[in-house]
Amino acid sequence: MAPPADAAKYASEVGGQTLLVDFESYDVLVVGGGLAGIRAAIAAVEANPRVKVGMVSKVYPMRSHTVSAEGGAAAALRPEDSYEKHAFDTIKGSDYLADQDVVEAFVREAPLEIIQMEHWGCPWSRDPDGKISARPFGGMTTWRTCFAADKTGFHMLHAVFQTSLKYPQIVRHDESFVTKLLVEDSRCVGVVALDIRTGRFDAITAKSVILATGGLGRVYAFTTNGNICTGDGMALAYRAGAGLKDMEMVQFHPTGLPFTGILITEAVRGEGGYLLNNEGDRFLKRYVPNKMELGPRDIISRAMITEFEEGRGFDGPHGKYMHLDVRHLGEKVIDRKLPFMRELGREFVGIDIVHEPIPVRPVQHYMMGGVDAEISGKTEILGLYAAGECANVGLNGGNRLGSNSLSECLVFGAAAGRAAAQYASSAKPVSANPVDAMLWDEARRVESEYLEKKGGQERIGPIREEMQREMDAGAGVFRTKEALSRLARNLGGLRERFEKVKIDDSSRTFNTEIVAALELDFMLEVSSTVVFSALAREESRGAHARRDFPERDDAKFLKHTVCFHTNTLAPRIEYSDVHITTFQPQARTY
Amino acid sequence: MPDKRIEIKATRYDPATDEKPHLQSYDIPFYDESMVVLDALNHIKSHVDGSLSYRWSCRMGICGSCGMMVNGTPKLTCNAFLRDYWPRAIIVEPLNNFPIIRDLVIDMEDFMRKLKSIKPWIIRKQELPLGAGEHYQTNEQIDDFRQFSECINCMLCYAACPVYGLNNEFLGPAATALARRYNLDSRDQGLKERLPVIADPEGVWECSFVGECSVVCPKGVDPAKAIQQTKLDTTMRFVLPYGNRD
Repeated sequence: MAPPADAAKYASEVGGQTLLVDFESYDVLVVGGGLAGIRAAIAAVEANPRVKVGMVSKVYPMRSHTVSAEGGAAAALRPEDSYEKHAFDTIKGSDYLADQDVVEAFVREAPLEIIQMEHWGCPWSRDPDGKISARPFGGMTTWRTCFAADKTGFHMLHAVFQTSLKYPQIVRHDESFVTKLLVEDSRCVGVVALDIRTGRFDAITAKSVILATGGLGRVYAFTTNGNICTGDGMALAYRAGAGLKDMEMVQFHPTGLPFTGILITEAVRGEGGYLLNNEGDRFLKRYVPNKMELGPRDIISRAMITEFEEGRGFDGPHGKYMHLDVRHLGEKVIDRKLPFMRELGREFVGIDIVHEPIPVRPVQHYMMGGVDAEISGKTEILGLYAAGECANVGLNGGNRLGSNSLSECLVFGAAAGRAAAQYASSAKPVSANPVDAMLWDEARRVESEYLEKKGGQERIGPIREEMQREMDAGAGVFRTKEALSRLARNLGGLRERFEKVKIDDSSRTFNTEIVAALELDFMLEVSSTVVFSALAREESRGAHARRDFPERDDAKFLKHTVCFHTNTLAPRIEYSDVHITTFQPQARTY
Repeated sequence: MPDKRIEIKATRYDPATDEKPHLQSYDIPFYDESMVVLDALNHIKSHVDGSLSYRWSCRMGICGSCGMMVNGTPKLTCNAFLRDYWPRAIIVEPLNNFPIIRDLVIDMEDFMRKLKSIKPWIIRKQELPLGAGEHYQTNEQIDDFRQFSECINCMLCYAACPVYGLNNEFLGPAATALARRYNLDSRDQGLKERLPVIADPEGVWECSFVGECSVVCPKGVDPAKAIQQTKLDTTMRFVLPYGNRD
């Protein structure tokens, strides 16, 4: 398929397959249409109105998982608060694995971003005087979590997405799945994307690329995350040679609904809800006596598992659970502050939380780890940036505080957008020939591995379900060398089975089975980085709790784990220094 | 009840091979009382027939992806419980009134264009600089537009709307509700810019006030009210001096 000599854009058809190459698509290409991605796109345009921005997302942007965030977004906006307090809470919450220079920059930017969202129409809940209100949250020493009732992520996402529609410079590729990053001479120059609706493979070129693809919760069976959270951006960057940092740091939220894993927001406890064991006891007094229900997520999740193991959980058809009780708050407060929780209880559990306690248990929720990125989102690959949950800029360390992640999407999404726009303004244009060949190779790879394969017998669904069960069992709240080693072996076995996978769907039109196969490929990849990073960190810090190494070991492990891709299941692991500026590590008690 | 089962009849359609959509029947295990229609579809896709195509993500009624016709009624399938239908079969079809791309997947590009056409962003004569802080707004002022801001763009209201079914030029319920959401926001001054779209003959005036949109909305939004209020508003603007506010 030789391109016409002077064409900047051409389509060709080979073997029933359409390929589209566009050599001058964008200055900045954002992968992912959630809060971080859209914020990045707007920031790029506002930094330089002449910048052409593409946004490719596997779903319509308003379906992105930001939509499920509930409790709020943290920012030191109130007079009694300070940057230093927000920074210290975040760093202590991270179990001292956060990069302190990054945290210090974050806490300064967060209030401005909350105001920006207000100007863009986010319906923040208000104090009686009309100012943006705040509520208490876990691990925060003062009221600094701004909220829009208990649908904060939903309102932020719709506000920022609808605002993005006014910028003609932002061009969207909705329902397009990125299968590979285009890397030419160690520089990222775009992506290969499968247009889901048509089955066409597109080379979308750009002078810079920002990954904002969110988390990987779906590698676990019991997770709050939606079906789309499959670690795509992490796997894309990892395969392209970037490092994945602190992948052992997986957050388990204390309060998910049994069976579905639907999130019950921490704001329930922020507003005064109690966590009770089967003796009716507020058991957290034995674990975080000074914070009680507002302790950090890692410690509360461990406390709940410990109570279960000691026989003080309730037994239900979907395993052990605790009671989250808001009955004493009264209907008026619940309807004003937690209306979505009442709706979820009614719709999905069949209870009215005004009159009955909510059954909850710890559930995978968030990934502190991600693509190793600097404060500007810059990664080790020239032209490649990352922001939001898929990135690890060093904000969250070993444990993220609730409500820091929505603010993170804004602050670091905007930073990446500005940095990528600036880089693009001086970067060389993308050259044609290698992109052409890379597109062809990638389209052939997907065709031959999935669509044309004869004789495979394995199905995607059972492999995915087994991976999820294995991850729950081996890389959950508590870990041991034995369980992690078994998990690593089993993931190897699942990878072998995946090589024999057979696709039922041969259609080119909206083939969601091929998307599921590509996602499972990515999930198996990132799962192995979680497991090997967890095996290597022989200490307990933040969300990473090793029963065989129960103490934090600053002498050996006050370090970031960084994984690099190899030709085997096991990554090459390196360590990098934690940036410590103001706060020396100390014992972490609440 | 290890052996309880339920029949799901799902629409199958591949434009490359099928002249028109048809139903395919699947007999699947109903192993947990908490199962929803979406769980049944996921069971089919994982274990029976990987080629069945549909959209979904959050499975908690907030992302708006999984709207389908369930026994003839537009529903979020993540929130349609099998126990409410069993032992009858459940017919799952793509949302009415939209072109079908494939199986249970509808083409919603028309809505995406309509959404953009109503300028769903805060419009101000003069933007407040960031350094000036937030606009003050009371919770009561938010209550004015709150319900219209709860729209998750799930398209159930368009599937229920007989007018949209006949004439897809009609702006329709969700887009009108979202226009109303911004017009009622105390921070917004964009009514005049939105008026040409919503007061157009294909805008609110097309609505015959059947009200089905408000009945099927899973989020308690009342688009029918938005449409009637907008009709009143646009009339008042032309006949009354105070109606000409910004």
